[in-house]
Amino acid sequence: MNKKWLSFPYLLWAIGFIIIPLCMVFYYGFTDRDGVMTFENVVAIFSPEHRKALFLALLLSLISTILCIILAYPLSLILAKMGNGKNSFLVIIFILPMWMNFLLRTLAWQTLLEKNGVINSILTYLHLPSLTIINTPAAIILGMVYNFLPFMVLPIYNSLSKIDPNVMNAARDLGANGFQAFLKITLPLSMPGVISGITMVFVPALTTFVISTLLGGSKILLIGNVIEQEFTQASNWHLGSGLSVVLMIFIVISIVVSSLSDKDGEGAGF
Amino acid sequence: MNKILHKIYLFLILLFLYAPIATLVVLSFNASKTRAKWGGFTFKWYQALFQNEVILEAFYTTLLIALLSALFATIIGTIAAIAMNGMKKGSKAAFMAVTNIPMLNAEIVTGISLMLLFISFGMRFGFSTVLFAHITFNIPYVILSVLPRLKQMNPSTFEAALDLGASPVYAFFKVILPDIFPGIISGFLMAFTMSLDDFIITHFTKGPGLDTLSTKIYTELKKGIKPEMYSLSTLIFITVLILLLLVNKTPKDKKNKKGSLQEEIIL
Amino acid sequence: MSNRLIDLVNISKSFGSSLILDEMNLYVQENEFLTLLGPSGCGKTTTLRIIGGFESPDQGKVLFNGSDIASLPPNKRQVNTVFQKYALFTHMTIAENIAFGLKIKNKSKAYIQDKVKYALKLVNLDGFDHRMPDSLSGGQQQRIAIARAIVNEPKVLLLDEPLGALDLKLRQGMQYELIRLKNELGITFIYVTHDQEEALTMSDTIVVMNQGYIQQIGTPETIYNEPENAFVADFIGDSNILGSIMLRDELVEILGVKFACIDKGFGENKPVDVVIRPEDVELLSPNETNLNGVVTHLIFKGVHYEMEVEANGFTWLVHSTKMVPVGAFVSIAVAPGNIQIMNKPVSEDEEATAIDE
Repeated sequence: MNKKWLSFPYLLWAIGFIIIPLCMVFYYGFTDRDGVMTFENVVAIFSPEHRKALFLALLLSLISTILCIILAYPLSLILAKMGNGKNSFLVIIFILPMWMNFLLRTLAWQTLLEKNGVINSILTYLHLPSLTIINTPAAIILGMVYNFLPFMVLPIYNSLSKIDPNVMNAARDLGANGFQAFLKITLPLSMPGVISGITMVFVPALTTFVISTLLGGSKILLIGNVIEQEFTQASNWHLGSGLSVVLMIFIVISIVVSSLSDKDGEGAGF
Repeated sequence: MNKILHKIYLFLILLFLYAPIATLVVLSFNASKTRAKWGGFTFKWYQALFQNEVILEAFYTTLLIALLSALFATIIGTIAAIAMNGMKKGSKAAFMAVTNIPMLNAEIVTGISLMLLFISFGMRFGFSTVLFAHITFNIPYVILSVLPRLKQMNPSTFEAALDLGASPVYAFFKVILPDIFPGIISGFLMAFTMSLDDFIITHFTKGPGLDTLSTKIYTELKKGIKPEMYSLSTLIFITVLILLLLVNKTPKDKKNKKGSLQEEIIL
Repeated sequence: MSNRLIDLVNISKSFGSSLILDEMNLYVQENEFLTLLGPSGCGKTTTLRIIGGFESPDQGKVLFNGSDIASLPPNKRQVNTVFQKYALFTHMTIAENIAFGLKIKNKSKAYIQDKVKYALKLVNLDGFDHRMPDSLSGGQQQRIAIARAIVNEPKVLLLDEPLGALDLKLRQGMQYELIRLKNELGITFIYVTHDQEEALTMSDTIVVMNQGYIQQIGTPETIYNEPENAFVADFIGDSNILGSIMLRDELVEILGVKFACIDKGFGENKPVDVVIRPEDVELLSPNETNLNGVVTHLIFKGVHYEMEVEANGFTWLVHSTKMVPVGAFVSIAVAPGNIQIMNKPVSEDEEATAIDE
């Protein structure tokens, strides 16, 4: 069984399509059009417009991540308690929506949120004040939570369902009430899942350009939008790569934090 | 009381996740061409869909790329998982780290890194570049769903087959493959789904003239989405929904196998 | 029982830097129930895997009926293995599991059917043909693993701690079942275990191993009654092991007190180890012998009482059906035939350092 050559196809593939491409991003990020080494493209993050885009992206993704935790934790608790039938429910939550195109799914929120859209019609019918969040950062946050919520639920659910029910029983047996047992036992034991979920939500939220394009109108630019435009419109790959290098710093930080807390190395995600 | 609260919460989450999907289904029957107004019920977009060669072409491309990339990723990933399972801790950790890069890295970075690679090697952007890119981000899903299956296996089963006279190749196909098959299938399905739903990486690695459904929709954004797109999406969605219902309704006597397969599909 | 079926000659095997087996020599006779017994890491499982073909020795020969099979792959050997934790093929039915080896050998359908039926009958699991392994209890799975191996009519059946995962009651039942099977099949069993009781119950021959070396080979009676060194004495059952001096033939000084014994030929005034089994220690009234002590612990064990007696600075372990209360003064007597004299285990220390290198 110990056939070393079995790993060669993947090794070659990974070097060719994962490692070398990443090196290219760094190469482009640290050179200018003439191939001369420079830090300009990376330092460009401090220019006012880029700084603004980065801060806004950080802020929105942070808020979305927190909202995802708040929504996902109770959901995971309920799912973990349900036992039977939870499998099909997980499919309904995670897999099935993916078969409706990601762009269309997000775009549908426009129809729902518009001034005369579905939600506002319902609100007016109920004599409630109407919402005007389309083309605002709030709509972008909603889009982020909508798209990335499953990535928070799955790791939390996984870590919750790994908890031996007898541990909870023991806590109750030793005199803890339901709330204390939750606070002292369930919550700490599920922390690895929460932290893994944070990476899985924060990274795509921070780097998205699609959600902001679809729900934020054309005025709101996140760092993802800036990078995308450098590649597809301005054709300044060096600047785009430099900004991506900056983005990767944040990604690496969040991955390191999550791998530090994921002691079994199992990767609670996916 | 608690149970009712749970049900209400689940319902609200489902409403949140499915409201946009329901909206799209409704829009596919909307006689008005803009999505802002309801113009009455119609089937005409479904008829128009089958005449719209641009959309059908994009759909075909999407399916072909999803199928091929999932297939190649399944082959490479399964072989890689078997190799990784037999590795010592150090090299296994190194392989694992590389495997995690496409999973954890931002899609936009993966996309541009591949774009830069293809540019540097003078590759013509088109079907093959998209296919390479999709295989790349699909392999980790296969590895991560096959590896736990291999780990669970009692290493003695392979030896038991040898002991009973099987050659190593025969033992692999008779004993190991059936045991890890649910993992392989779920890896394939996961890869297929991911490829189908991908926009960002395709966006950076496709050339002009090639479109998947996602990139087609993206270019149509400014002009307005063709309602045929809604009807196609609805058809896809309903097909998958029916398939899932059928899987759930399969006879109970194979419950064990199906249960584990389903679990694999999710995780 | 005279033909040497398997002969291991000068077998050495190491994994990385740790030496597992060092120039081991061992032969197995036809129709023998041989048990490799020792603590974990002693090399017993490696020995079995070398015979099965799952490991190849770094040096040495594996002779099977006189010809060297050291480089023969497992699928070409006339040997079958019952694995630890069974290793059943979970995606196949019981019948398919049992038929696996026969199908590879291209046996006829009718033959295979007959054999499967026969094997299931042999292990008392008639009618289980179409069940899946997962639906069976541990004991039943164990028997299927045995059936799967024996339908191939191996010359030798290798069993790697096959009862380790079963609970006590089931384990005892299976021990008798294995003896019965061996007698019915008339083939050689090589059995690996760390459980000395299992070894004593079932074996014709026990090979006690430690740190890659064979400590003693013998019948269960010899191993128990006449251990060759302190390791064997200690590993096989409870015992009192005392450093003593052999004064002359048939006289030994234990804890400063002279005892008559029956061993000869150790020389005069020679340091030796003495083994006295706890059930051979007799407790008499104080001063009936020259070795006096006091009872410090008492536990009721069902069949007997277990006591500890402090005497001349040594804590004696005593098993007796007669209870003596804690604090009572006693004197200790041992019948000459129950005193087992052993050479000091110089060799074991040498071996230990040899492994460290």
